Amino acid sequence: MVVQTFTAKDYKTSVHNTWCPGCGDFAILNSVQNALVELQVPPHMVAVVSGIGCSGKSPHYINAYGFHTLHGRALPSATGVKLANPKLTVVAVGGDGDGFGIGAGYFINTGRRNVDMTYLVFDNQVYGLTKGQASPTMNKGDKAKGMAEAAVQDSVNPLALAISAGYTFVARGYALQPRSLAQIIAEAIRHRGTSFVDIMQTCPVYNDLHDKDWYGEKLDGRPRLYQLDDTDFDPVVHDPRDPEEIIAKKVQAIAKSYEWGARIPTGILYKLETSTYEDSMAAGRPRGMESVLDPNLTDRDLTRLIDALR
Amino acid sequence: MEYNSDLTWMLGGPQGGGINTAAEAFAKALTRGGYRIHMNIEYHSNIMGEHSYYTVRISDQDKGNLSEKVHVLVSLDEETLLGNHHNEWPSHHGHLHKMVAEGVVIYDGALKMDLSGQRQDINYIPVPFDDLLRKVLTEAERGNEFNALRVMTNSVAGGASAAALGVDLVLYQQSFRGGTGRRAALAELNAAAAAAGYNFVMDALGGRQHFRLVQATPPAQAPLLMRGVQAVALAKLKAGLQFQTYYPISPATDENVYLEANQRTQDLTVVQVEDEISAINMAVGAAHAGVRSSTSTSGPGLSLMCEGFGFASITESAGPVVYLWQRGGPSTGLPTRSEQADLLFALQPGHGDFAHMVVAPGDIPQTVEDSYEAFNWADRYQLPVIVMVDKRLQSSHFTVDDLGLDRLPPIDRGPRFSPNGDYLRYKFTDSGVSPRAVPGQEGGIFWVTTDEHDERGHITESSDNRVKMMNKRMGKLDLAAREIPSSRKIAFHGPQDADVTIVGWGSTRGSILDAMSLLREREGITANFVQVRLLRPFPVEEVSEILKRAKRTLLVEENYQGQLGDVIAAKTGFTVGQRLVKFDGRPFSEEELQEALLTAIREGQPRVAVTHLLP
Repeated sequence: MVVQTFTAKDYKTSVHNTWCPGCGDFAILNSVQNALVELQVPPHMVAVVSGIGCSGKSPHYINAYGFHTLHGRALPSATGVKLANPKLTVVAVGGDGDGFGIGAGYFINTGRRNVDMTYLVFDNQVYGLTKGQASPTMNKGDKAKGMAEAAVQDSVNPLALAISAGYTFVARGYALQPRSLAQIIAEAIRHRGTSFVDIMQTCPVYNDLHDKDWYGEKLDGRPRLYQLDDTDFDPVVHDPRDPEEIIAKKVQAIAKSYEWGARIPTGILYKLETSTYEDSMAAGRPRGMESVLDPNLTDRDLTRLIDALR
Repeated sequence: MEYNSDLTWMLGGPQGGGINTAAEAFAKALTRGGYRIHMNIEYHSNIMGEHSYYTVRISDQDKGNLSEKVHVLVSLDEETLLGNHHNEWPSHHGHLHKMVAEGVVIYDGALKMDLSGQRQDINYIPVPFDDLLRKVLTEAERGNEFNALRVMTNSVAGGASAAALGVDLVLYQQSFRGGTGRRAALAELNAAAAAAGYNFVMDALGGRQHFRLVQATPPAQAPLLMRGVQAVALAKLKAGLQFQTYYPISPATDENVYLEANQRTQDLTVVQVEDEISAINMAVGAAHAGVRSSTSTSGPGLSLMCEGFGFASITESAGPVVYLWQRGGPSTGLPTRSEQADLLFALQPGHGDFAHMVVAPGDIPQTVEDSYEAFNWADRYQLPVIVMVDKRLQSSHFTVDDLGLDRLPPIDRGPRFSPNGDYLRYKFTDSGVSPRAVPGQEGGIFWVTTDEHDERGHITESSDNRVKMMNKRMGKLDLAAREIPSSRKIAFHGPQDADVTIVGWGSTRGSILDAMSLLREREGITANFVQVRLLRPFPVEEVSEILKRAKRTLLVEENYQGQLGDVIAAKTGFTVGQRLVKFDGRPFSEEELQEALLTAIREGQPRVAVTHLLP
């Protein structure tokens, strides 16, 4: 048996949790902590960065360096933390409004950079903390109970958007399947590059359309949710230098991401191993990214730059 | 014939047409030869074709201001001479009206210009730049390379200018030599091109050469000819900057791109981001992670950064240091013109009561000092700092002997965490500053939140805690006010007892200092000058003391309202007697400021507004 230095309790805090009873966030939180156990990252080497909303409170419940930042801005802050100290394991978390509404621009541009970090979205299709308005993932025509009327604006497909934006690891999980969710999160963190996991999350207070009964439903004898791992779906780009394979795998993943209804796939949709932002930054630097936290940087030799002004 | 110790050379032409290279090369030749240069470029928000021009003041001593009296004007297009009257609202009327009598206008002989209706008291010399260069190249048996080497018409123009200004040709030619590579290979051709231009103008002037620049001695080591851009960037590198973010915006881009171009050799990370919201949030994240971080922008970008200031301040991050390269506002305003209209905004760049610092250097040495020290303040007081600079500092070149990098104080990263038991990131301390850990340190785990929080960094809405935390954070401003010496908060110049006390801030410093000398020499009026350098925390005592004993107070600002006047009134209760303002997007010229000061002093109006436009 493998001896584990860190157990789930090492990643927990005693902070009073203010989520509603039965909230899907509890299960996601446990999955994050279990993923960290699997990876055995020391808590002081982890930074959890969040935006604003129910999910935004997550860092307070995780024993790791925690950053509860601004609404929609978790990704820029997380990028700053990671590039300042590339040795850290950085996990950004947020809600669907946070990520695809107010933070949409950062969601897209973070995909373009491929910094080695992970982004988990707790996607429940509503703005819970402001009492149930439709979020950008609520389908047009749907009306959850906190909404004044059915959604007039259509929904965005975060998985297809992530793949287009350049995320190199894109997956979908379900909050109430904690074992497989923890596996997906562990894979996401292990991935070298920006990984994105859209986590279907139940909001027992405001989303009465997609609750645990809906997700757990069997139609024609088959469960609504199924795992891509159990199929012959292959999300991995095997030759990262082959642009045609990359495009084919992206198209396949985007098609898969639109499967939403009687059957909903979970698991990894797309995975590409390619150079990260940190790799590009290190190229040409005398000491690579190792130098970033080096206090000796203050002894820079500026002679060449100054002499160029004479 | 007398020597001239103060001449102004102007070079105008279409944007993207090479006037930057020509002006900077000529100016550099003169600083190497021992002259002191102050110059500025005015340009449009345009890539190619619009009128832009350099004003280059050449002297044997440092000048803090530009003059509108032009001695030699070099024109590469018709608009430089005659203005853009094809527009419904001409943005200028050409520069002929600025020429002194007997001034020399050198223009491209290939332009068929009708100047018959123009001033007759100046010399017009059409110089066939292309033909002269072609002849030089042909003589060197390189005539077939004319197109590739056409940029060397700049040297022809430089030589022509040297003749008109009475600059020694050899001194100018010397600037081409001593380089390496392609530069060295072309040195003799450039020198010949310069001679061709020089000889052409000498012939054209005959015996009527009107200007002769006082002779200078080339210094052992050439001084620096530099802009605020490099002053900021070099000070940042000296301060140990490790992380810079930016979104492209005028006039901040030059500094960002300069750092970006040097990031790999200087072990720096520069990230071009998607907007200024991302820029500040990324910089805050990096500051919390333990590196010195910064972002540079102008007014429109700062508008987007507001929530980021609250974030940095409530979470007590050590920085970032935000550089505000002011331009004409509001909104998109005048993107490539200068103004000082962001003061009130910079003092409160966000909602709520929060602590941050604001400093405004006024020249190159102060820009180096303040840029460097801003990082020490950010670390020592754990708050964001704004350094206010502007388009004038961005685009003006100054002659500098020594940047003073060796005289800067040591790096101070403020109180740091040491592992001893239960760590509280926001521990209440006597100073209000809590020792900080950085992620990756064992035992230093902390939480930061933009919500109000307890000493550990967890959310609380407790009223007792709220009061203590507000006092802790805001109290750091009092601490900074106590610790920072007066010499860094204000600069005071002139006699203690003067006829008039001038009050200003930022890049008008050089203009005001020059104006004080002129007032004394020409009008017998004594003036002193208080430059408010630290704007938050505001140096209440220092400013009050000077203003209270002043006979007459006069505010000089490049904005509409006279914003510093309002700040002084709010902070000290003192009302500055007269406000002298300019808000046309161009810095004060020597003549404008002189005339406006005299008008204000003689006529006593509460507000004098100045504009560079002709009546």
